[in-house]
Amino acid sequence: MSSRCPDTLVALALALALHAAHAADEAPPLRVCADPDNLPYSQRDGSGFENRIARLVADDLHRPLAWFWQEQRRGFVRKTLGAGECDVLIGVPAGFDKVLRTRPYYRSTYVAVSRRGEPPFAGFAPGQLRGRRFGVQLIGNDLAASPPGHALAENGATANVTGFLVYGDGPAARRMVDAVADKAIDVALVWGPQAGYFARHAAVPLAVAPIAAPAGFPAPFDYAIAMGVRKGDTLLRDQLDEVLARRRADIDAILADYAVPRVDMTSTRAGTP
Amino acid sequence: MDIMRALGAVCMTIVLACAGAGASAQQPADGEWPMAARDHANTRYSPLGEITPANVTGLKLVFSFSMGVERGQEAAPVVVGNTMYVVAPYPNFLYALDLTRPQAPLKWTFAPNPQAKAQGVACCDLVNRGVAFADGKVFMNTLDGQSIAVDAATGKEVWRTKLGDIGKGETITMAPLVVRDKVLVGNSGGELGVRGWLVALDTKTGKEVWRAWSTGPDRDVLIGPDFKPYYESERGKDLGMTTWPGQAWTVGGGNVWGWISYDPQADLVYYGTANPGPWNPEQRPGANKWTAGIFARRPGDGQARWFYQYSPHDLHDYDGVNENVLLDLDWKGSPRKLLVHPDRNGYVYVMDRLTGQVLAADPFVHITTTEGVDLKTGQLKYNPRKEPRVGETIREICPVSPGGKDWQPSAWSPRTRLLYIPHQNLCQDSETYDVSYIAGTPYVGVDSKMYAGPGGFRGVFTAWDVQAGRKRWSINERFPVWSGALATAGDVVFYGTMDGWFKAVDAKTGKQLWQFRTESGIIGQPVSYRGPDGKQYVAILAGVGGWAGAIVSGGLDGRDGTAAKGFVNAMKDLPAYTGKGGRLYVFALP
Repeated sequence: MSSRCPDTLVALALALALHAAHAADEAPPLRVCADPDNLPYSQRDGSGFENRIARLVADDLHRPLAWFWQEQRRGFVRKTLGAGECDVLIGVPAGFDKVLRTRPYYRSTYVAVSRRGEPPFAGFAPGQLRGRRFGVQLIGNDLAASPPGHALAENGATANVTGFLVYGDGPAARRMVDAVADKAIDVALVWGPQAGYFARHAAVPLAVAPIAAPAGFPAPFDYAIAMGVRKGDTLLRDQLDEVLARRRADIDAILADYAVPRVDMTSTRAGTP
Repeated sequence: MDIMRALGAVCMTIVLACAGAGASAQQPADGEWPMAARDHANTRYSPLGEITPANVTGLKLVFSFSMGVERGQEAAPVVVGNTMYVVAPYPNFLYALDLTRPQAPLKWTFAPNPQAKAQGVACCDLVNRGVAFADGKVFMNTLDGQSIAVDAATGKEVWRTKLGDIGKGETITMAPLVVRDKVLVGNSGGELGVRGWLVALDTKTGKEVWRAWSTGPDRDVLIGPDFKPYYESERGKDLGMTTWPGQAWTVGGGNVWGWISYDPQADLVYYGTANPGPWNPEQRPGANKWTAGIFARRPGDGQARWFYQYSPHDLHDYDGVNENVLLDLDWKGSPRKLLVHPDRNGYVYVMDRLTGQVLAADPFVHITTTEGVDLKTGQLKYNPRKEPRVGETIREICPVSPGGKDWQPSAWSPRTRLLYIPHQNLCQDSETYDVSYIAGTPYVGVDSKMYAGPGGFRGVFTAWDVQAGRKRWSINERFPVWSGALATAGDVVFYGTMDGWFKAVDAKTGKQLWQFRTESGIIGQPVSYRGPDGKQYVAILAGVGGWAGAIVSGGLDGRDGTAAKGFVNAMKDLPAYTGKGGRLYVFALP
């Protein structure tokens, strides 16, 4: 008996271990769609902060991670989640109603990037806008200006504003930050995550400061960011919500690593949940 | 018949021989269709009269041909001698069909192999609007921004010239026009901030002779001492820069993706420029010259003669690229050289084509965005209540972004003196929403949703009395009439519908006489030619798509009404009426 029992136990243990390994193999991969070249968010080589957050979430769920690469241009959602190529988008604005969103896990804002040692951006009062050269992003299907771009126009600044197209050689945000470093413009009004990252990698010391929308301006400058899944996929959405709560500190650490400017999650500005 | 044909050929030869002397008309032989609009005046009128209201019911399918691509087929087949040349949407195969043999078998196929990347940046499906024949060559453009000359006899490439940068979103969809020894080509891509141009290439070598930009300093726009615009508002130095804030003109749009006309007597080419780009109107205060207007230029050196801006500081994406039909008519009692242009903004403009003066601008659709054109100053009178503003939803914007009519070309019959205009009847709401998702950047955007205008129908085929400035008759259609029109000497007019009917109507009354169901919706350009057997033929491509038909050709989700920039909302039921396709149909009397 004494010799058989252990054998049986060993066999049983082996079987259980094999079964467990098999089960892990069988866990379906967490399929994430991302742009293959859109730092600081995502990069095919895994160097973006959304790459790292995806890895963290997949590990937490004990699921392998699979990427589907798709340029973030017209039809991104249709060609990714819509085509069944993946289950998750790591970062979507919390008000983005083409997908089902998790609870937001960070909130960022538009920021002003200027050369350190020069006067910081001092708001949209017309007197503050004259004599300085601004850069704004042109985004969306019709290349509309970003909310700060609209605010500049509403306050009379147009001739001293350069629009940076999302199409072209590298991200618009990087070209804008470089333009500040090269003194081609004085202030770049850029979406925070990109500003923080590119400013840190710039050739000269740059200052990055959150900006506030002028009083009465109809659009917010800060937006909460959530994960997005296919509409109806509440199971995955709920799982992700749990992971986001459980790993809050780890995610915050990743965002800090990438110098993502963040504002208080409890902000209750109009237009964002 | 054969004598007539021979005479035609002789005439062509004489014209070509005399071309160096200038100002000779390049009238095609009566049975041919050598360019998309058939003639330099852009009439789309065939002098063939064998098919009449009395016999058109006997029209039968003679042959058909698969285009090999199931995308929006907007091209006009071109017929010269005994061969038909027809170009497909991306990847832009060019086919030559032998009309002397039964079922018109293929003589050759030319595959230009454009870059696949072009598909991702083209704004509105992957269309191509046709080729031009001249001098033994077929001139074609590819979606990725190339212009190519192909030997008409052998199908071999003669030259190719890369004109645009696909990396910046620059594409070419328009049909080129040959004027003497130059082929004229313009670019698309205003939605992506691409700066517009028209280029003249040497037909023999493909070398660029001149390039006229639509924005920027006068030297780029080819504005010099000969520039004599009619209106004060078009005069001044470097308006292509000074009517823009800062450097915005460098991404200012004004693309040249529509039709080009040529008057050999005046020796002027006419073409429209597209909407200003790329950002919202409030970021580009100023008139935004030279967008959303029309240029008259000398084809020899490209120098501008005059310009007129239909929609200064365009607010609604009203490109000025629609066809300009050149007519010599009596106007208020005296003969006048006219240019007739049904614009996206909803007015039929009648202009003096020598001076650029607007003689009339009458609405052909329901308009809420403007309140007419001041004929003294030439200024369009905007309705401030329909101006887009951040954070506000504006309802009932009519006409919509694609306009009272878009690219789909009208036809003129000198017999009925009517202009046959295929167009849409659509309005839209522009709703501001919080965020979209491009390159991870939240922003405030505007989504448009289009819907049927007054009456509930979305398309119209209108016979327009140019001299009276009003509609003579019209036919309502379920979907936008996105095909071109064809007028013939038999007083039968042809057009196609997006639900797949090719129709013949009485040119005088609009009474429908005949129709044929094709495999897919029609957005092509009907043409007519005389075959080697002496008979009159009518040809059309079927294959739905384009901006209006993207819900089918691009497989877009009808639940997202804002797809295709809001057009999908108005076309949700199209998939119930037609599927994808790509086929040439040719008809004749038995």
